[in-house]
Amino acid sequence: MLNKYPLWKNLLVIFVVLMAALYALPNIYGEDPAVQVSANRNATIDTSTMDRVKSSLENADIQAKSIALEEEQLLVRLNSDDEQLKARETILESLGDDYIVALNLAPATPGWLKSVGAQPMKLGLDLRGGVHFLMEIDMDEAVRKIVDGMKDTIRTELREERIRYSAVRVNDTTVEVELRNEEAYAAAASYLDGRYQGYTLVEDDENQLLQLQMTDQKLAETRDYAVSQNITIMRNRVNELGVAEPLIQRQGANRIVVELPGVQDTARAKEILGATATLEFRMVDSENDVRDAQNGRVPFGSELLPMRDGPQQLLKEDVILTGDHIVNAGVGYDEYNRPQVNITLDGVGGNKMSMATKDHVGQPMATVFIEYKATDERDAEGNLQFTKNAEVINVATIQSRLGGSFRITGVGANEAQNLALLLRAGALIAPIQIVEERTVGPSLGQQNIDSGTQAIFWGFILVLAFMVVYYKKFGIVANCALAANLILIIGVMSMIPGATLTLPGMAGIVLTVGMAVDANVLIFERIREEIKAKRSPQQAIHHGYDSALSTIADANVTTLIAALILFAIGNGPIKGFAITLAIGIITSMFTAIVGTRAIVNSVWGGKKLSKLPI
Amino acid sequence: MQEIIKTNERLPFMRFRGIMGIISALLVVASIVSLSVNKLNFGLDFTGGTLLEVGFEKAADLNRVRGALDQNGFGDAVVQNYGTQEDILIRLEPREGVKAEQLGTDILSSLRSAFEQTVEMRRIEFVGPNVGDEFIEQGGLAMLTALICILLYIAMRFEWRLAVGAVSALAHDVILTLGLFSILGLEFDLTVLAALLAVIGYSINDTVVVCDRIRETFRKFSKLTPIQTVNRALTDTLSRTLVTSLTTILVLLTLFFLGGPLIHGFATALLFGVVIGTYSSIYIASTVALAFGVSREDLMPPEVEKEGADQDPLQ
Repeated sequence: MLNKYPLWKNLLVIFVVLMAALYALPNIYGEDPAVQVSANRNATIDTSTMDRVKSSLENADIQAKSIALEEEQLLVRLNSDDEQLKARETILESLGDDYIVALNLAPATPGWLKSVGAQPMKLGLDLRGGVHFLMEIDMDEAVRKIVDGMKDTIRTELREERIRYSAVRVNDTTVEVELRNEEAYAAAASYLDGRYQGYTLVEDDENQLLQLQMTDQKLAETRDYAVSQNITIMRNRVNELGVAEPLIQRQGANRIVVELPGVQDTARAKEILGATATLEFRMVDSENDVRDAQNGRVPFGSELLPMRDGPQQLLKEDVILTGDHIVNAGVGYDEYNRPQVNITLDGVGGNKMSMATKDHVGQPMATVFIEYKATDERDAEGNLQFTKNAEVINVATIQSRLGGSFRITGVGANEAQNLALLLRAGALIAPIQIVEERTVGPSLGQQNIDSGTQAIFWGFILVLAFMVVYYKKFGIVANCALAANLILIIGVMSMIPGATLTLPGMAGIVLTVGMAVDANVLIFERIREEIKAKRSPQQAIHHGYDSALSTIADANVTTLIAALILFAIGNGPIKGFAITLAIGIITSMFTAIVGTRAIVNSVWGGKKLSKLPI
Repeated sequence: MQEIIKTNERLPFMRFRGIMGIISALLVVASIVSLSVNKLNFGLDFTGGTLLEVGFEKAADLNRVRGALDQNGFGDAVVQNYGTQEDILIRLEPREGVKAEQLGTDILSSLRSAFEQTVEMRRIEFVGPNVGDEFIEQGGLAMLTALICILLYIAMRFEWRLAVGAVSALAHDVILTLGLFSILGLEFDLTVLAALLAVIGYSINDTVVVCDRIRETFRKFSKLTPIQTVNRALTDTLSRTLVTSLTTILVLLTLFFLGGPLIHGFATALLFGVVIGTYSSIYIASTVALAFGVSREDLMPPEVEKEGADQDPLQ
């Protein structure tokens, strides 16, 4: 029979719309202000933590909506924003430093919806408020550090092997070893050949020069490692900040995206995230005179460095230990109540420190604070140029052989706090710079949500009204499809884990509402034409749908191409627009073609009609 | 039956194609001239720099704000109202030597100390100069890729004369929209770029519908001249073209008035683009295809149709 859908097709349409509605449902429940507790190192979260939190909240007279243990996190839901802030302080006080206590907005999705995996849409930072950082890593410095370390290793090993060299120096990605005589040259060549993975040995007999070149593979590995290590460190630092649901992601070859929803104090966040400070411990060169060095005669193997609040210092170039061996660092106070940083080293670091200091008891050791600052310049390949600022923050006499833990004195209270935090979170292997930042305050985020919702609502109403006026009952059919389309977009957006709703994304929904009716307009105009051409109503419906189909497909595929390209190149908010646009195009084709046909068929299909209400 | 146009006659669209072509050509030239003389007023996304949106409790006195900024060494800051009297927008060029990402916070604290009322941070954006350049590069690339991909798709689906017509219409829309932004000095940022790509999507959508009908009309009516055919196809699709444009313009107007200042540029670009796109799908695509001598023979399907294929199937 003409214009009758088989039962399964009708059921399919109903099923799809119902599923979408189910998954779109969590979005109407809103969010509870919540406090999220997760464990820092060493600590665990279990029911006893929960009891502690519970009792501390009761003591502070704060009514929690619920306290739940989810995926090794404790989620405390509260009734208001004020209580949320109070609760955070109370919990922080009672649990101490071993836990990260962050403010969060927890979706108030009922349990039965959660059990089928339904979740509200993720909101972008422009709707939620928060900070977005794009950071760039200085790859040259990462490589330089590795080659420098290699230089130190070779020096030490040649010395231990009693092979006499006149110089070991770094040239770009190559370590050059200059030997004193042929005998040493031969010994060194055979010793170094094939000893280090990732380096190839180039021999230069004439000049008695050995070159260890870093292989391309090692170079690539080093760069890769620099990014992944930076990501790990960023994660640690973000944890220190106490942010719920942060996003830390690699972007391209040398960039990292950090998104911190809900963070207000961006100044502090930037200070903590962007700092590329590290420590080096070096011996003071007391054999040579500082004044000679200041006059330009810096002895070989030593370096003149400025000191914070003091005269320049002459230090040995060899580094005893770098910041990456630091396991823990905390602020303490000495007997005169002066702040100090207590440092704990890992096993290797402890050994190194112990070996290095054993022969130097009574001699001064310097703590060098190194900070990388980005300049505005770039090299030929477009990489950022960094300057390295090394500053001696402290010189102390080694009182006894140092081991796995020791302390640094001579820093201000605030500085001690920040230094300890940075050390604890790990020193960055390569300097990093913020190249893009977008911060959205919470009030603006809420305002964006409000205006986006308003625009969608009124746009929707206007189109609905127009369609009813212009196409009568068929207009109502198209409106059903439009409503179903809106539900489908929201349902699909909620189902796709990576999809984020942004303000341009909301604009995309508005635009889709306007454009989605196009398919129906095409079909209905065709039906009208067929009626004008004196076809029977049933024939008109049949032909209208059929002949509009390929046009609709062509028109939508081209728009889809534009949306996909937008998605591929766009940044966060623009991606959001591309996603809603693409989803909207696909869902609107379904609702406008299959959906309306199902309704049209069941209302008018197969009946004897003299005219159509179109 | 309610209709926008009530006629069974075919409207003589193509009679005006000469004058329309001249108008379009003039507009395109004007746009290109303005684009090369005035350039585009690139937003922060492309120029790099720092932008700060702050909210005051009462209407903000811009001169006082400027004074406060001047005293703190931000004399080069551009200060303007944004959306409401209470909201202001501060923009700074990229600076040398200063840790650029620090600027936003510095400005905020200097404003807070200068005014007794609370100054609320609404938004801080910082874009490094090189990131801005990359955005320009990516944006241009995206635009080109979109045009080429769409050209390929259209060329595959339609005959090349129609494809050239469709893409000329697209280029026409993009250039005029860019021209509008250049002539009026409206800020061109990433959201406007997104809108421009959406304009491409919309305009091609419209053009495809028209081209589709031109092809169909050519095949159906063998006795019509190309010009009559185009007129007939345009008339048949006219009410669809207008209805869809109308609904889209309706939602864009709500977006323009209710969507908030952040989405203004986006809505402006789309509104203008949709109007231009509607016009170009009627006049530009078909005029260009006619100029290239599109004819019935070009558009007949390659294989011989089976007899009765255009009849209703028996049910």
